[in-house]
Amino acid sequence: MLKFIIRRFLVMIPQLALLSILIFLLAKAMPGDALTGSMQANPNLDPKVFEELREKLGLNDPWYEQYGRWIGNLFQGELGMSYIHKVDIADLLGDRMANTFWLGLVTLIFTYLIAVPLGVVAGRWNESWADKLIVGYNYVSFAIPLFVFALIMLFIFGFGLHWFPIGGSVDVTVEKGTFAYFLSRIHHLLLPAITAALLSTVGTIQYLRNEIIDTKLKDFVKTARAKGTPEKKVYSRHIFRNSLLPVAAFLGYDIVFIIGGSVFIEQIFSYPGLGQLFISSINQRDFSVVNILVMLFGFLSILGTLISDIILSIVDPRIRID
Amino acid sequence: MSTPIVEKNNISLQQQKTPSGFSVIVREFAKDKLALFSLVLFLGIVLYVYIYSFMLDQEAITRVDLFNIFAEPSSVYWLGTDYGGRDVFGQLIIGARNSLTIGIVITVLTAIIGLVLGLLAGYFGGWVDNVIMRTVDFILVLPTTMIIIVFVVIVPEFNVANFIFIMSIFYWTGKARLIRSKTLAERELDYVSASKTLGTPNWKIMLFQVLPNLSSIIIVNMTLNLAGNIGIETGLTYLGFGLPESTPSLGTLISYSSNPDVMENKWWVWLPAALLILVMMLCINFIGQALKRAADARQRLG
Repeated sequence: MLKFIIRRFLVMIPQLALLSILIFLLAKAMPGDALTGSMQANPNLDPKVFEELREKLGLNDPWYEQYGRWIGNLFQGELGMSYIHKVDIADLLGDRMANTFWLGLVTLIFTYLIAVPLGVVAGRWNESWADKLIVGYNYVSFAIPLFVFALIMLFIFGFGLHWFPIGGSVDVTVEKGTFAYFLSRIHHLLLPAITAALLSTVGTIQYLRNEIIDTKLKDFVKTARAKGTPEKKVYSRHIFRNSLLPVAAFLGYDIVFIIGGSVFIEQIFSYPGLGQLFISSINQRDFSVVNILVMLFGFLSILGTLISDIILSIVDPRIRID
Repeated sequence: MSTPIVEKNNISLQQQKTPSGFSVIVREFAKDKLALFSLVLFLGIVLYVYIYSFMLDQEAITRVDLFNIFAEPSSVYWLGTDYGGRDVFGQLIIGARNSLTIGIVITVLTAIIGLVLGLLAGYFGGWVDNVIMRTVDFILVLPTTMIIIVFVVIVPEFNVANFIFIMSIFYWTGKARLIRSKTLAERELDYVSASKTLGTPNWKIMLFQVLPNLSSIIIVNMTLNLAGNIGIETGLTYLGFGLPESTPSLGTLISYSSNPDVMENKWWVWLPAALLILVMMLCINFIGQALKRAADARQRLG
């Protein structure tokens, strides 16, 4: 067990290293460097001064030396400056990171609230009309692109019915720290979270349904029935307990999916999170921020798959490869 | 059932011979009315879009007409006009054609890359397999959407060919994985060992013996990928990082909705394109699911 986890961690290290090299090389290919911002701010200064500064900052060194320095700074928590906003990137990320985190968390909660009951119903009464309906929903939610669905949801529930606000993370009029502030935040979170959750249930529902249908035919279930266990208990004690556990392993993959979708969701619902920051930064060619965001999202994706693989190896020992 | 015994016997006699791939697919579609309807609808849309776009004058459609800004749907402009007074219906047709074409090209390209690498990895195993699969694992954990956007922004002279190339770099991995796992199973079968003993070169075994046995899975996978690729392309174009302005896509029309006024009051600009994507995605997926069942004897309906 421990051996597997350690091995899995070791796989993560080259992945992270490769990711950072890729991003660094992309950054080198981008126009502008750490001085572009101040150059634009002081157009009258002699270009020679900047050339000297460049030499001093090591921007003319070979790329691997610069890369080493960049990674060193990242580890010390120095993310650099935004070209456009002229502030430390860490300050820029702060609030938005919290916003994205809450949105992701609420999305996850809704995903499981929708997926688990539907998967259980479809599995227990498979081939019934309810099952057919759920399988139909699964096909549809698999097929629809996230951004089209998000737009239509916003059009119907935001613009048409006015049930939800059409953008932002909180009403500007409410005071921070009050209960109304909290309610307003929840209100702003609901529509994007439900939208993303409705499309991220596919894997969980399908897995749960197949697992329950398979487990139904297993010998220990027949034994339980044979010794006279009531049908309700056969399901709650014997079947669900065995089938629900592996669903936990989808957590990491779901996180990866939600992170990937956050660029679209936050852009469409004008929700001030990291995904929206990414789009606005790249539109303003604020590449220092873009790099950090890609690095951060890549790190979270790698972490997500790691979580899933480890949970899976705990609940299902068969996949442990030594 | 009151089917006469004679007829039953006839059916069982016919089934002595393994039905050909095509007849299995035909039977599957005959059983699944939804898939049949999707197939007809999708083919109808594709034919209409390609033939009609042939007759359309793209110049006339992209010409700005300031007297007709945001005209409502009428008999002249079936779906009204956009902020430049351009006909939305014409743009919809051209956008659909571009999105479909690019989706198909990307699907074919990624299929070729995935096929070659998947076959190599599965057939040879060892270090070849290791190198290819570690690459796949790495690409799979990348935040693909963001990296594609970065590429699109920093590539000088961005055009459609570049866009297709960038997309293809990132979307072959799933296919490679699938083909590899199937090839691994196929490699152990007797017919491959027999061929090897006879001295058939490896590339011949891969291309003419293993590959035909994987064809049904490849077709199913490509169908489902087509839907995915169209979704990704239109999504990126919606965000403004997909097709360049000169090549309008369905995403271009939908992107006008980022203006709240257009979103709420000028729905005819963006909603038809969104619905068209929705309908096409659903059709392709229902067709794909039917093909999938036809390819797997255990799941067949008919």
